[in-house]
Amino acid sequence: MKKSSLGALLVRLGGYALLALGGVLTVAPFYFMFVFATHQRSEIFGFPPPLWFGEHFWSNYQILLEKIPFWRAYWNNLYLAIMVTVTSLFFSSLAGFGFAMYEFRWRERLFGVVLATLLVPAILNLIPFYLLIYQIGWINTPKALWVPGMASAVGIFMMRQYIVSAIPKELLDAARIDGCSEFQIYRRIVLPLIRPALGTLGLITFIGSWNRFADVNVIMRTQETKTLPVVLRTLQGATDVEWGAIMAGTALLVAPLLLVFALAARQLMEGLTSGAVKS
Amino acid sequence: MQESLSKASPLSDPSRWAMRWSNFQRRYAPYIFISPFFILFLIFGLYPSLFSLYMSFQAWTPSDGWGRWKFVGLENYAFTLTDPMFWRSMWNTVWLGVFSGLPQHLIAIPLAFVIHMVLSRFKTFVTAVYFLPYITSSVAIALIFNTLFATHNGVINLVIAHLNTWPLLGALLPDQNINWFTSANIKYALAVVVVWQFTGWNTLLYLSAIQAIPKDLYEAAAVDGASRWQQFRYITLPLLRPMMFFAVSLTIIGNMQLFEQPFVLLNGGASAATPGGQTATMYMYRTAFEWLEMGTAASIAWILFVFIGILTYLNHLVFGRAARGGD
Repeated sequence: MKKSSLGALLVRLGGYALLALGGVLTVAPFYFMFVFATHQRSEIFGFPPPLWFGEHFWSNYQILLEKIPFWRAYWNNLYLAIMVTVTSLFFSSLAGFGFAMYEFRWRERLFGVVLATLLVPAILNLIPFYLLIYQIGWINTPKALWVPGMASAVGIFMMRQYIVSAIPKELLDAARIDGCSEFQIYRRIVLPLIRPALGTLGLITFIGSWNRFADVNVIMRTQETKTLPVVLRTLQGATDVEWGAIMAGTALLVAPLLLVFALAARQLMEGLTSGAVKS
Repeated sequence: MQESLSKASPLSDPSRWAMRWSNFQRRYAPYIFISPFFILFLIFGLYPSLFSLYMSFQAWTPSDGWGRWKFVGLENYAFTLTDPMFWRSMWNTVWLGVFSGLPQHLIAIPLAFVIHMVLSRFKTFVTAVYFLPYITSSVAIALIFNTLFATHNGVINLVIAHLNTWPLLGALLPDQNINWFTSANIKYALAVVVVWQFTGWNTLLYLSAIQAIPKDLYEAAAVDGASRWQQFRYITLPLLRPMMFFAVSLTIIGNMQLFEQPFVLLNGGASAATPGGQTATMYMYRTAFEWLEMGTAASIAWILFVFIGILTYLNHLVFGRAARGGD
């Protein structure tokens, strides 16, 4: 008995050590990002490399403002994320409601089409999408990036699952007897009841949009229309790369999401895996 | 709720027109509700795909002007399939698919098991820490690792140099600074970045599957004297199969599309000196936006689409059966 409890203790301690090592390896790059953001290039690649915060955050920030339209890019990022999130919450929940609460012809087949679009590898659409945007003359216009994403397959799937489990059909019949139109049912009954799912989907959509790169990079060709990840990457192409400034910009790109994640980690992780666990 | 219902306009005037409108809107409402997705999909998803199929048989560069393309038959496909650079990039993609994919799962499964076994109060916190890289921009991650992989005084090379002084482990490591950005080494750097970014995601997937395993199974096994290892080997692993199938499928699809991490680590893909890090999607991107051969780029997209489709199907054949319980 004594021996096995000692063994269990050792296993437990070994587990803690393993988790701690993994945790350090996971957090270290973030830590170095923030530390490097406060150092000049010569310090970052000096010996020993900086392990603690320095004094050059403001000078790095000044370099950023000088070399790229930093706040313009920040605003572009925010604008894109807000437009995609708001519109896709509306249209995805509306469609999810349609699939969840109505019987109609071809419902299963149409829902199958929604799910099938998820299987198409997104990056392979890059060239076709560019050709279309070029054809309709939307190059360098933000709507080229948010209009196509106004209703998302993931969002429709999540919303349908949630509405099926959270809203009894009798509630809708009661509202009809009271004279509600179908849209009023969505607006006054469904929307208030699916707030938690909207919150989760909103977070997922916002984060996804905030981090977008590949398609923005080909659609937005001028510095003024680029989003932050794209414009930060252009700093890398210069001959004397200001890594301190790049890290400062990267930190300012990553920080808001770290903050959001700190506040809503559990909700986000549950939302992101819910589809996986159920299927 | 009750209040908002009573505020809704009551059926005050049950005229025929109102009844008809009521039935009409009820019947067509679901079609209207789901239509935005399908309209957007037709315009921005299906149409461009079909158009790019058409384009893959044409020669066109944007400076020709819209509409001025030339039919070239299968020339684009022939060019791509006989281009050594295409096959090099396919090889890189498959290599990265394996060496940045397999470790994710080999780490994530035991990690999820350990988290489940030894943690209770801090479980969410620890999982959240591991999950952080997944919600971080790939561009940001690649930029950070660009500094960490620096040849002189880069953090990763310094750590390796330090580990080099350890007994046993040191013998396995090179004595000199590694230049990670050479054509031969960039793959390893990329694999490290991708493993770092996605292991936490897989850990979360496996953890949620482990938590769904009934506790009685472990308790019964413990009564029978099964060790922790035996419990892991004979209960956890077999019951994780469906999740393994799902998670591996996601990894395959994701890894075949790797673009942002190599694009940024290779400084925009402009460095022809590092063909060892060029993935298939980067080859496609460069064909379109560096060499401006849109028709050829469209053909590459279609070739990759078929290739990923075949891989997904093979994965389904191999693991899908196991996932459904057969051996």
